[in-house]
Amino acid sequence: MKNLKDAEHLLRVAAVFLVAIALFAILRSHFVPRSFGEYGHYRGDAIGEIAALPVSFAGHGACESCHSDILEKKKAGKHAGVSCEACHGPLAKHADDPAGIVPTKLDTAVLCVKCHEANPAKPLWFPQVASQDHSAGLPCDTCHQPHSPVIDSGAKK
Amino acid sequence: MNITRRKVLMLLPAAAVAWEYVLAGTPEAAPNYNRTQHWWAMLIDITKCIGCGNCVRACAEENHVPEGYFRTWVERYHVDDWPSENPIVDSPDGGKHGFPPNGESGGKNFFVPKMCNHCADSPCTQVCPVGATFMTPDGVVLIDQKYCLGCRYCVQACPYGCRYINPDKKVAEKCTLCYHRITKGLTTACCEACPTGARQLADLKNPNDPIHEFVRTHSVQVLKPHLATGAKVIYNGLDRSVR
Amino acid sequence: MPVDGFMYPNEVELQWSVLIVLYPYLTGLVAGAFILASLERIFGVEAVKPTYRLALLTALAFLIVAPMPLQLHLGHPERSLEMYMTPHRTSAMAMFGFVYLWYLMAVLVLEIWLEYRSDIVRMAQSSTGWTRWIYRVLTLGSQNISQGALRVDERVGWVVTLIGIPSAFLLHGYVGFIFGSIKANPWWSSPLMPVVFLFSAMVSGIAAVLLIYMLTSRLRKQKPDMRCLDTVARYLLYTFIIDFTLEMLDLIHRIYEADESFRSLDFMLHTRLYVSQVIVQILLGTVTPIVLLAVPQVVKLPEAIRKRIYVVAGTLTLIGILAMRWNVVIGGQLFSKSFLGYTTYKMGIISREGLLIAIGLLILPLFILWLLVKLLPPWLETNSGVKV
Repeated sequence: MKNLKDAEHLLRVAAVFLVAIALFAILRSHFVPRSFGEYGHYRGDAIGEIAALPVSFAGHGACESCHSDILEKKKAGKHAGVSCEACHGPLAKHADDPAGIVPTKLDTAVLCVKCHEANPAKPLWFPQVASQDHSAGLPCDTCHQPHSPVIDSGAKK
Repeated sequence: MNITRRKVLMLLPAAAVAWEYVLAGTPEAAPNYNRTQHWWAMLIDITKCIGCGNCVRACAEENHVPEGYFRTWVERYHVDDWPSENPIVDSPDGGKHGFPPNGESGGKNFFVPKMCNHCADSPCTQVCPVGATFMTPDGVVLIDQKYCLGCRYCVQACPYGCRYINPDKKVAEKCTLCYHRITKGLTTACCEACPTGARQLADLKNPNDPIHEFVRTHSVQVLKPHLATGAKVIYNGLDRSVR
Repeated sequence: MPVDGFMYPNEVELQWSVLIVLYPYLTGLVAGAFILASLERIFGVEAVKPTYRLALLTALAFLIVAPMPLQLHLGHPERSLEMYMTPHRTSAMAMFGFVYLWYLMAVLVLEIWLEYRSDIVRMAQSSTGWTRWIYRVLTLGSQNISQGALRVDERVGWVVTLIGIPSAFLLHGYVGFIFGSIKANPWWSSPLMPVVFLFSAMVSGIAAVLLIYMLTSRLRKQKPDMRCLDTVARYLLYTFIIDFTLEMLDLIHRIYEADESFRSLDFMLHTRLYVSQVIVQILLGTVTPIVLLAVPQVVKLPEAIRKRIYVVAGTLTLIGILAMRWNVVIGGQLFSKSFLGYTTYKMGIISREGLLIAIGLLILPLFILWLLVKLLPPWLETNSGVKV
């Protein structure tokens, strides 16, 4: 017959473990964020937090309502597929406050070569030039109108 | 000229629909965004990429990406006739300032934009010990930077090298597919800035999205298909030499 | 230029530093020391009994230090509790948190407590000052050290050790799985990884206890039990042979299959990793100790020579297994996942994850062991005939 008194110290160990587990359960209910597990194993609120981050690029639609004249010209030319901010940079702030925040005029001497400088890795269908040979340092808008860049007899700015 | 609020502008779907180069499918206004109605992906057309680096710069601007780290980047490949499995690849500062001539002549040369593939069976979310990185119901893999421990396990698990640790915040960071933009009916910053339409946001759940027709009529591929990550960035014109 | 060839832009900087090299090393020593202790308890290898208590305390000392490199490495160590609050069940790292806790509390601490209980009770009665309070707390309020109670302890301790063996396997096998399950990294991804880690852990743990036993004997001016030393060394040899076989199997398999990663990895092994893998890990850290340990098995050697062999072999082993962890962790990050380039590891000296901290973390367990030995002496201070 087993003498229970001799195993009593084991019960004390078990008690310590049980207290620790209980403490863990209490800690858990306190520390796990409320929205955790809402959609999966993550904090559900995080989705909303990330979706609410501020926007820097306004998107083409924002430009259209005020600058429809330029957009008409652009739509007919070779840059129809190039969005405004691809050249003009992020302008959400300007779209929010058009009079207060005025974008700086672009310098075509450095802007256009970012795309159009000749490079063997660029696809052959893409118009590219060795800028030194082509314009010898002159800014591109000397001859080209950026919003409708192909030169024909009346397209000079 | 009237000063129109940006919020009002975003409720003009007509203007946006006309823009097929940069925006795929019909955008929805922010208050009406329903996560279960979208399954986001991206189409990257290598035959159209000119390596201008606009996308890298735009992403860095839009998402405040720290210097020296990349949420998207462009690689330049030079492939000689044979053996084409050993290309010469470079990505100077991720292609952020374009590509200076590299003196490689002849052979096959092209650019490959890279980014997070928002994998459907993402190995990075699998290994996160606490649930700080996850996939949203609409198919975007995000990072909860308030919860991330910075253990870097996810960075190790990503086969594509698209993750990094933000040196100031000390948490993991990566492309969010501009979640804060696409849920408002805008396209991603990289697609917005791409001048040739080489990058296009796609919504696989939208039956009218051009991607369905594109995939039907072109040979497309994903990166490292043998790893079965369920990558959702679909490439057109992907060469065998691309790593 | 730190980069040769091409690396994905975000890959240039290493993610896991020397601290993450230390972590599997320390947990490996724990598993190994425990397996040695269990040899006597479960498998009745009576000869190693003199090392039993010392092995348990060694395991505890290293286990206490093991989470420290992890905490120092985390970007947000203050959030580390999240691993216990919201563990992601698909993450090996998260599950490891519970394996660690289980092993620490339900195996190691419990076993040590049961083994030492009679001494604890006696010291609670006999000691003075603040140490008396420590012992009193440790008794958990029970003063029963009757024959019946001690028999209960013996029985339960046996069960705990029995459960402890697979637990120790799990403890270090898991660490191997943390690496082995990453399909993105071909240097790590392998089903052999948990097994290789486990056996190299056992090798390092046995070597550590061997050296610590010899060192403590020397410090106490006591003669080490030669029968014990010879037996421990023999088990070290057996385990080493298995470990070496497994590592060679991995290598041969890689060379034979020569998949897409092979050329890149092979090149890395012959250049950046040559000294640490071929010279330190394989030649100095594995082949040499195996040969040294095999000699006394075939040739009868005097005691003094055997002791020298054990010291040299044990030290080389510990260095070699540390090199193995280095080669896995750092090596796995030196090559690009594009298989087109390599980067360099710039280990800081005084930074949070630097060399000085790493050395400190290697010495700290010895200091803790010293404290534990003072608190729970593995031996009675008799003139000879040591009770262990």
